[in-house]
Amino acid sequence: MTADLPAQDPELLRRLLRAKDRMDAASHEAWPVVRLAEVSGVSEAHFARSFKQAFGVPPHRYLLTRRIERAVALLRETELPVTEIAFQTGWESLGTFGRTFRDITGDSPGAVRTRERAAARAPGAVPACILSAAHRPDLTMAVSEKRRRESADINEPTRKEIP
Amino acid sequence: MTPGIDVVGLYVRDQDEALAFYVDKLGFRVHTDVRNGPYRWLTVQHPDQPTFQLGLALPGPPVHDPATAQALAALVAKGAMPPLVLRVADCRAEHARLQAAGVEFTQEPVARFGTVDAGFRDPSGNGWKMIEARG
Repeated sequence: MTADLPAQDPELLRRLLRAKDRMDAASHEAWPVVRLAEVSGVSEAHFARSFKQAFGVPPHRYLLTRRIERAVALLRETELPVTEIAFQTGWESLGTFGRTFRDITGDSPGAVRTRERAAARAPGAVPACILSAAHRPDLTMAVSEKRRRESADINEPTRKEIP
Repeated sequence: MTPGIDVVGLYVRDQDEALAFYVDKLGFRVHTDVRNGPYRWLTVQHPDQPTFQLGLALPGPPVHDPATAQALAALVAKGAMPPLVLRVADCRAEHARLQAAGVEFTQEPVARFGTVDAGFRDPSGNGWKMIEARG
């Protein structure tokens, strides 16, 4: 919540939530502010300002983020080509899709597909020697807990694999 | 007596409105509705689940100061409270019944993960998933 803005009326927030829900339900559709404002029953200018105050991002940015989330899910869970995923998630131009995708995820669709699939196999991805070490009876804590404490010590998350 | 969880509460913006929604639309029953001055302890129950009560609580005095109550009311209205899940025998049939009753659906029934699920909100903004029981 932003300190210098007055608190928003819960009744208004409930109506803004309705517009957010509608974007969630059909993020592939076009959601110009005029359409969203109508769902919430407020003026266009009021809508954009209020939405950002309520949910922390402007409505258009929220929509793009939801589209990219869906695209990531499709990359992970289907064999659809990137072009088809871009089309299904509401983009008219592959170029815009690629740019926005990189902007939000920090990577290209192809790289994210590879990464997400590797992450989906996470338990199996732990090397067998680590797994067996974790199950040794003389360990006083789980390896994951040990790693968590070690990374807490150096005060930054570690994504390094234990060899 | 079987030990276990008796009541889990959720915040609503208006207890009369919530009561009408959960009882008249969803088909729950009132379990307890008692008052102590301005405070109202209200719980409802699923007709097939007599050992569990859902509390419908209003943020405000004597539990909350005005600023806290306002913050909670805003969170509920923004849909920021934790998700709720309703198990049903037939998701599509329940969706049709509830939609006809005027329930605000946020997601149409979708077949996935070996079941069917849909999403709706109560008038306050609390989000429910309605999931068909497997098998």
